Amino acid sequence: MEDPVLTAEEVILETRALTAGFDGKDVVLGVSLAVPRQRVTAIMGPSGCGKTTFMRCINRMHELNVNARVSGEVLLDGENVYRINPILLRRRIGMVFQRPNPFPTMSIYDNVVAGYTLNGARMDRAERDQIVEETLRRVTLWDEVKDALYRRGTFLSGGQQQRLCIARALAMKPEVLLLDEPTSALDPKATAAIEELIVSLKGTVTIVQVTHNIPQAARISDYTAFIHLGELVEFGPTNRLFTVPKDKRTEEYLSGKFG
Amino acid sequence: MADNLARVREEGVVHTPPRGVKAPAADAAVQGRLRGDKAFLGGVLAVSLLAVLPLVLILAFIIVRGASSINWQFLTELPRPMGEAGGGISNAIVGTIILIAVASVISIPLGILAGIFLSESGKSGLGRLTRLSVETLMGVPSIVIGIVAYVWVVRTTGHFSALSGGVALSMIMLPVITLSTEETLLMIPESLREAALALGVSYPRTVLRVILPAGASGVITGALLGVARAAGETAPLLFTSFGSPYMEYNILKPMASLPQTIFFYATSPYPEWQSLAWGASFVLLVLVLALNLVTKLVTSRWKIQF
Repeated sequence: MEDPVLTAEEVILETRALTAGFDGKDVVLGVSLAVPRQRVTAIMGPSGCGKTTFMRCINRMHELNVNARVSGEVLLDGENVYRINPILLRRRIGMVFQRPNPFPTMSIYDNVVAGYTLNGARMDRAERDQIVEETLRRVTLWDEVKDALYRRGTFLSGGQQQRLCIARALAMKPEVLLLDEPTSALDPKATAAIEELIVSLKGTVTIVQVTHNIPQAARISDYTAFIHLGELVEFGPTNRLFTVPKDKRTEEYLSGKFG
Repeated sequence: MADNLARVREEGVVHTPPRGVKAPAADAAVQGRLRGDKAFLGGVLAVSLLAVLPLVLILAFIIVRGASSINWQFLTELPRPMGEAGGGISNAIVGTIILIAVASVISIPLGILAGIFLSESGKSGLGRLTRLSVETLMGVPSIVIGIVAYVWVVRTTGHFSALSGGVALSMIMLPVITLSTEETLLMIPESLREAALALGVSYPRTVLRVILPAGASGVITGALLGVARAAGETAPLLFTSFGSPYMEYNILKPMASLPQTIFFYATSPYPEWQSLAWGASFVLLVLVLALNLVTKLVTSRWKIQF
């Protein structure tokens, strides 16, 4: 069974021989990967395999470490991201982290529009109200918080906080949304809500999600990349990769032999 | 009863049995430990009381001696010539407020910025040097700081002034504010910085609009502690703001201050003046205690949960 080849039109994000690491120790080794537009792509692999570092290279968060190094190319719509100002790049590529991290000094409302207000964007009240309601509806949080919009974001439950963080990223209308194990700190019920949300976002935004939860990758993603020891072992449509893995290591990982 | 004893053993907590119930007969080793517990608790209590005692004595003494000279006239009038009864310290109260305002204007922005620098790049060479300098400045005796302010400002301008006093006090406040700002900002979780940067917020805006507000309570506490410390300093004011018997609002002129008024009146031979010194002590004490109280309120009310 051959994987369908992605056309240049379908690809939004591409890495070419991306190698990255810290102080002489590379943790990502020459990963070349093409991420399809407006689909969910899961990046799975055992802990410490470099999947988070790989993801942080995409929006240039990796280079915030003092001793970070990176080589190779990351292309967003054909444009090398290392030629784009990181501040502008990060407005086009949103990110959500493992642990929910709403701004503790801000209300739920202010958290949603934080990307605008912190950047000093001038918006009138109606415009802000609209973004807040629209975005909170998109992350299915509106009905739960509409009466508490001016309470601190940190008073929400963990799962709600994580959806608020997704809302905060989505409010900037990014082309790509990076999710770094967004459910690893949440209970099963909150996890299910986030998964449902991710599936519902398909077709409106490109999602790249790092996970070490194999069933989760199978449930929500259209494409899956398997990274092991910094190398891209296999990449393909999720259905095919989970049923007919081409690489022996993928098969072993999926059957729980390591990881 | 038996399970009570088990809890004592497990949790190390002494549960007093209800009245009328006889305590379980514990073996000698357990009883010895329980006695040791009580003795230690007693010792800790006694030592804490001992630590509180000086403050209580000082407060009581100043209230008894000072409160009697406090009245409307004392707070609103100027001092009178020696030998004349009555008079007030309004010029010293106003002077202290102005001196602290001048010192705050200089040291609070500088201290907060230096604290931000230390928390952001305290491990760089310049960061280490800055921290060393600030810590050294913290240990410089206040009279030495007074001499430096004298040489820098008084000698340069040619006369004593509140400005020079404010400069001296600002050097005393600066390290307090810098170090408490650094300490506070270092406790802000890294995830908060990443959240802002990942939204495409620039580095300066991340620091000023996300990290600094998250540490606001600690930063304000540091500033208030600095003010409280500077308010009571006498030595550096002796040859900078110098003192004045008049109501003075011009910061380029010599100005009275509470600590200096206390020093001057307390060492005078006239009983009227000595009682003014007690009154001034009372006012200064109330001021400093109020600042400390506000600090405590700020810390507890504005505490940010992460």
